[in-house]
Amino acid sequence: MDIIVVLFLVTGLFFFLGGAVGIIRMPDFYSRLHPAGKLDTLGIFAMVAGLAIYNLHHFSFEALLLSAKMFLIVFFVFLSSPTATHSIVDAGMRAGLRHWTKKKRKG
Amino acid sequence: MITFFLSIALGILFLMLFSLYRALFGPTILDRLIGVNAIGSKTVVLLLLIGFLYERVDMFVDIALAYAFLNFVAVLAASRYFHKRKGLYEESFMD
Repeated sequence: MDIIVVLFLVTGLFFFLGGAVGIIRMPDFYSRLHPAGKLDTLGIFAMVAGLAIYNLHHFSFEALLLSAKMFLIVFFVFLSSPTATHSIVDAGMRAGLRHWTKKKRKG
Repeated sequence: MITFFLSIALGILFLMLFSLYRALFGPTILDRLIGVNAIGSKTVVLLLLIGFLYERVDMFVDIALAYAFLNFVAVLAASRYFHKRKGLYEESFMD
C-alpha cells in the first residue's frame, strides 16, 4: 500500500516539476500558459489521490468521508483550473498582446 | 512515511521558487498572474501535506478547499480587471 502512495506522490512531484520548468523556459505568455494550465491540474490529481489512499490506511467511516472530501477538491480544481486559464487568455487577447514568432537575427 | 511527506513538501517549496521567479520578474502583468496561479495550485497540496504532518487532516482539508476557492476567485477577478487596460503591455514585450 505504501508503494502505491509513494508512486503517486513522486508522479505528482514530477508533473509539478514539468510545469515549473515550462513556466520558466517557454518564450511567450500564451505558450507559458500551456504547462501552467495542464501539468498543475494533473499534479494535483496525482498527489491528492496518493494522500487519499494513505488516509484510508486505518479504515473507518470518517476516513472514507475525509478521502471523499479530498476528491471533492480535485473535482473543483478540474472545474476551476481551465476556467482560470481561459480567463487569463481572454484578458491577453482583449489587451492586444501579440503572440511570439521566431525572428531572424539581423547582421 | 512522515519523513517522506516532509521531503515531498520541501520539493514542492523548491518548485514554488520557480513560479515565484515568474511572478516577480515576468515581462507582462499576465505572466505574473500565471506565476501566482501556479503557486496557489501548489499550495493546496502543501496544505494537505501539512495536515498529515500535524495529524489534523480533518481540519486542514477544509482549509485546502477554501484556499482553492479563494485562488480561483482571485485569478478570475484579476484577469477581469485587466480586460480594460489596453496598450499596457506594449513597451515591455519581447523586443
